[in-house]
Amino acid sequence: MNVRAESFDLKSWIRENIFLGKSIGEYVKSLITPFNLITGLILAVGIPVIAYRMIYGLGVSTNLSDTNPWGMWLAFDMFFGVAVATGGFIMVVGVYIFGRHDYKSMVRPAILTGFLGYFFAIMGLAIDLGRWWALPMPFYTLGTASVLFLVAEHLALYLTIQFFEFLPAVVEWLGLNKIRHYLHKIHIGLVILGSVLVMGHQSALGGMFMLMPSRLHPLWYSNYLPHLFFASCIAGGLAMLVVESMLSHKVFGHQVKEDDHEKIHKMTMGLGKAAGFTLFAYFALKVLSIIHGGHWEHLHTVWGAWLGVEVIGFVLLPLFMFTYAVRNDSSRWVRIASIWTVLGILVNRFNVVVVGLNWNAPEVYVPSWMEVMASLTLVTIGVWVFRWVMNRMPVLYRLPEFPDED
Amino acid sequence: MSINRRGFLKLVAGTGVAGAAAAVGTPQAQASDDFSGHPDRFGVLCDLSKCIGCRSCEEACDNQNKLGKDPAYFADEKVMDTTRRSAHNMFTFVNKFQPTKDGQPDGGPVYVKNQCMHCDEPACFSACLAKAFDKTPEGAVVYNSWKCIGCRYCMQACPFYIPAYEYHEAFTPRVRKCTMCHDRIKEGGVPACVETCPMDAIVFGKRSDMLKIATKRILNDSGYEDHIYGQYEVGGTCWMYISKKPFDQLGFKMNLGNTALPKLTYGYLATIPVMHITLPIILAGFYAITKGRKNGQDKGVK
Repeated sequence: MNVRAESFDLKSWIRENIFLGKSIGEYVKSLITPFNLITGLILAVGIPVIAYRMIYGLGVSTNLSDTNPWGMWLAFDMFFGVAVATGGFIMVVGVYIFGRHDYKSMVRPAILTGFLGYFFAIMGLAIDLGRWWALPMPFYTLGTASVLFLVAEHLALYLTIQFFEFLPAVVEWLGLNKIRHYLHKIHIGLVILGSVLVMGHQSALGGMFMLMPSRLHPLWYSNYLPHLFFASCIAGGLAMLVVESMLSHKVFGHQVKEDDHEKIHKMTMGLGKAAGFTLFAYFALKVLSIIHGGHWEHLHTVWGAWLGVEVIGFVLLPLFMFTYAVRNDSSRWVRIASIWTVLGILVNRFNVVVVGLNWNAPEVYVPSWMEVMASLTLVTIGVWVFRWVMNRMPVLYRLPEFPDED
Repeated sequence: MSINRRGFLKLVAGTGVAGAAAAVGTPQAQASDDFSGHPDRFGVLCDLSKCIGCRSCEEACDNQNKLGKDPAYFADEKVMDTTRRSAHNMFTFVNKFQPTKDGQPDGGPVYVKNQCMHCDEPACFSACLAKAFDKTPEGAVVYNSWKCIGCRYCMQACPFYIPAYEYHEAFTPRVRKCTMCHDRIKEGGVPACVETCPMDAIVFGKRSDMLKIATKRILNDSGYEDHIYGQYEVGGTCWMYISKKPFDQLGFKMNLGNTALPKLTYGYLATIPVMHITLPIILAGFYAITKGRKNGQDKGVK
C-alpha cells in the first residue's frame, strides 16, 4: 500500500484505486444504473444552465430584482446548506472533546458530508455573486463592520479546517505514512479552532438579518436571530447525520461488517435523543423571541398562520416524534423525525431569507426554473463526489495499516 | 471618546486573521454607535408643498449620470400613474400621491421626489463586507465598484429600497444609486437636480443650515406637518423632507425608528471576540478532562 515501496506500479495502482479494480471498459459499464441515468439527466440540463448564468448574467437566468435581490441560491444552497452541514462539527466535538468514542465510526462520513456541504454552499454563493471573480476582495479591503465579513472569514477558515480534518482519509488512501503522522499531531487544535468558527459563522448568518428591522417580517425579526440560527443548525446537523448515515449504510453498507447493525441502532438513538433536546431548546428560544418581539398584532394574519405552520408543524411535531422514538427505542421513528427536522430547517431558512424578507414590498419573488435547476445540479454533483470518495477512501471503515490512533 | 470606541469596535469586529491585518491598516472613520456625523456635511431640504411634479430633476439626473433614458420618458405624465422605485438607470424618481381626509381627497396631488437619503450612518455601508461604500465628509454616500463582490447585502439592508443592480451585466454588474453628485459638490457646485428645480422645492447647503430653514418654515406656517422627515429617521439622513400633508400618506416609511441601523448589529459583533477567547479555553479544558480520564483508565486508576 505504501506508494514509496520499490515495487510501486502506477498503472496497477490507478486500476485498483481509481477504477476499483476493473478495466476501463468494465468500469464505464458499471456506471450505467438507473440512479446514474436520472442524476446524469439533471447534470445534462443543469451544467449548461450554470454555464448560461455565468456567460449571460443573473438578469436572464434568475427572477431576482432590485426589490428582492436574494433568492433561492442563497436561501437553499447557502443558508440551508450550511445549516445542515454541521454534522462534522458535532461529531468531532462529541468524540474528541467530550470523549464519546462510541461514535467514532461516524466521524469520517460526517466530516466528508460537512466538507462537501460547505464546499457546495460556497459554489452556490459563487454563482449568485454578481462579481464572483472578486470573491477574495473582502480579505483585502476588510469590511470588519459587517456581519457578513464575519461569515466570510469564518466560512473560508472552516472550509480549510474541514479539508485538513478529512485529509487523513485521503493520505491513508494514497499510503502517505509521514503526512498522516503530522496530521495526527495538529488534529485536536483543528477541532477546537473549528468549533469556535462554527459557532461564529452559524450565528452570524442569523445576525446578518438584525440589520433589516423594517424589511424582515416582525414575527421573524428578532434580537435572538443569531441564537436561533445556531440552535437550529445543531438540530439540523444532528438530523442530517441520521439521514446521511441511513443512506450511506443502505448504499455502502457492504463495506462494513454485518454486526454493525446493533451499533448503528444505538448511535441513531443517541443522535435522536440529542436532536430532541436541541429542538426543545430551539423551540423555547423561538417562543421567547416571539414573545419578546411583542408583535402580537401580526399573529392573526396569514403571516401568523404561516409562523404557526413553521413552529408547530416543523419544530414541535418532530420534537414529539423524537420523544416518541426515544421512549419506544425506535430508530425508524428517529429517522422519520430527522427527515422532518431537515425539512423544517429548509422551511425556516426560506421564511427568513425569502418569504419574510421584503414582506411588505409589492413584488413577490418566485425562483425561475433555471435557479431551481442550478441548485439541484450542485446537490447532484455533491452526491456524485460523495459517492466517488466513499467507494475509494477509508471513510466508513479503517485500513488495517492505519489503526485508529486519534 | 467616540474615536476610542470606534477603534475598539473596529478591532473587536475583525478578530481572527483579519484582526491582525486590520491592526496594521490605517484607521478610517467608520459608522459607530455614537458617530454624530461629519460636522460640515451637506444636505438637501425637499419641501413637498412646492413640488409641481415637472420631473425636470429626473431628466437632469439622467443627463448628469449618463443613464441613457429616452428624453420622451420625462415628458410622459403617465409614468406617474404607477408608484415607481429606483433602478439601475433611474437614480431619482417623482411619485404622485393623492392625500385623503375622512375618505375625501384632501387638496390636490402631492409629488414626492425620491433618491438615496445619504444616511449619516448608512446601513449599506455597514452591510458591505468589502467596504465598497464610503460616507464622505461632504455627506454623500458613494459606492466603489472595484471593491464590490456583488453579494447585494447593501440592497437588502437599505430601509429605503434605494440601491439598484445591473442584473443585465454578466461580468461587471454594479450597484447603482444617487451619489448626491459628489463630484460636483466637492468642487463647490450643487447637485444637478437641485440646480434644475424651477420651483426651488429642493434646497442644497450645509445640513445644519437646512435644518434651520426647515424649522423656520414650520414655525412660520402652521400648514406644515410638525415633522422634518430625515432629521432623526434611522439616525438622521442628509436628505430631509417637510410637507403640508401627513407623511404616511405620501409613501414615506414610518416604521424605521430613530436608531442608526448599524448599531443593531454591534452588540452581537462584540460578543464574537469574547467567544473567540473563552471558547477554546473551555473546550481545551473539557479535552484535558476527557484525556485524563482515558489515561487514568489505561493505567487502571479510578
